Amino acid sequence: MSRLRLFQFAVVASVILLLEALCFAGFIDKVTMPPPHIIVRDFFRMILAGRYFGEIAKSLANVLLAFAAAYVFGVVSGTILHRYKTARDVLDPLFATYYAIPVFAFYPLFIVMFGLGDGPQLLIGFLLAVVAVIVTTLNGLDRLPSVLKKTARVNRLNPLQTALRITLPFCAPYLLTAAKLALAYAFIGVIGSEFIMARAGMGYEISYAYTNFDNATMYPLILLILLLSIAANSVLSHWERVLLARRGQK
Amino acid sequence: MVAAQVTLRGVTKVFPSGAVGGGVHALGPIDIEIRRGEFFAVVGPSGCGKSTLLELIAGLTAPTQGDIEFEGHAIKENVPDGIGVVFQEDACFSWLNVSENIEFGLRQKNIGAAEKARRAAAVIDMMGLRDFAETYPAQLSGGMRQRVCIARTIVAEPRLILLDEPFGALDQQTRLLMGDEMLRLWRETGATVFLITHALDEAAMLADRIVVMSARPGKAVDLVETGWPRERDSRIVEHEKFGAITSRLWKTLREESLKTMGRMGSGP
Repeated sequence: MSRLRLFQFAVVASVILLLEALCFAGFIDKVTMPPPHIIVRDFFRMILAGRYFGEIAKSLANVLLAFAAAYVFGVVSGTILHRYKTARDVLDPLFATYYAIPVFAFYPLFIVMFGLGDGPQLLIGFLLAVVAVIVTTLNGLDRLPSVLKKTARVNRLNPLQTALRITLPFCAPYLLTAAKLALAYAFIGVIGSEFIMARAGMGYEISYAYTNFDNATMYPLILLILLLSIAANSVLSHWERVLLARRGQK
Repeated sequence: MVAAQVTLRGVTKVFPSGAVGGGVHALGPIDIEIRRGEFFAVVGPSGCGKSTLLELIAGLTAPTQGDIEFEGHAIKENVPDGIGVVFQEDACFSWLNVSENIEFGLRQKNIGAAEKARRAAAVIDMMGLRDFAETYPAQLSGGMRQRVCIARTIVAEPRLILLDEPFGALDQQTRLLMGDEMLRLWRETGATVFLITHALDEAAMLADRIVVMSARPGKAVDLVETGWPRERDSRIVEHEKFGAITSRLWKTLREESLKTMGRMGSGP
């Protein structure tokens, strides 16, 4: 294990131990939060009992759907916008201020439009993720050196071959970054909207457990969301590191 | 008399500037004939349109006026088969290793996989890259990366190799060695080489003929025949004629460079 990894592990372990100590000493009361070891125990009980598997599957399916839609739409839109400067100039102010807009504020409108089904959650996940993908795709395409475009022409590649053999591989690290952002935003959008506009899903169950003081359900579900998002992000970050290291960029 | 491989007749290039009726007259009119198998160099002051000239011959841009022919066929904004280009900037594909970068030059060739591998291996050996075949460009020096780009160009066996200041980013020692390398490749491949450079000694050492271009819009103001034997290397700089050639190049170029700087020289 590298020195850096040891430090990272030490920081996480310290936080857990601190929480454990604060719970044990009574600074954090049991109604607010059980000690970490109890959360872990409840987590394994929940998993082994197969409780909430349906809710977990539903939430993850919606996260993946929102992520996939935002990613495909974002990459395609970014690629098209890159070719049309005027359209990009028109949309640039929107992209620059987009994340200042609280998308969740529109949830009453989405409920009126789509009801209490999965539609509004998917839409919020999609809306949160898509602009990050568009902006990151544009960033990658902007950085493609003109000498590589000339090299494509010298090698007599047609536009499709240029896109597949030069533009896409060059932009791969940016597209991975876009995937990381899209996944994180899709998680936030879907799980967050389940809290306020759903009758099922992990977010809804956490909210329901919270209103019923059911810490044995709420904290293990929060832990599960934490683990899932960290695991997905770690996989994408690993690929990103491999790509960048190969290119001498990290 | 050796036949002309590339012919430029009355070629001009004007870039639109955006202003109504305006434009930047970058080049010409210029007339040049490049003979098959020769090492031809172009020197000129900064901004005189040297790289534009190369892009016109490569078919990367179209002339505003005039005709350009490669082996008797007009070049019209498409890179003809048989032309390879090495740019000054690093054009290695960072996601491919050295071997894959070089094989990329054969992608559009209608030859079998075994033949591609054989030709790539031969060029890797010729360029002294055998030990780096699996290495990625990020792990190589600037000189080595440029060597990979040259290898990727020559593996396609072009009949005309266009070099746009390929050694511009390298230190003097590496430039001399790369010059030797280029002369060796020129002899071994039998291709015509067209070199754009701002280094007079490089042009005088490498080329059979050198065109000196005027300040913008670039026109051919002098043509120098070096008369070097085909078998030569960087030691040619010790030849008594070398100083006379570089002096002649500098005399013309100094006047043109001063025009570019917006003042005529009057000193010694």
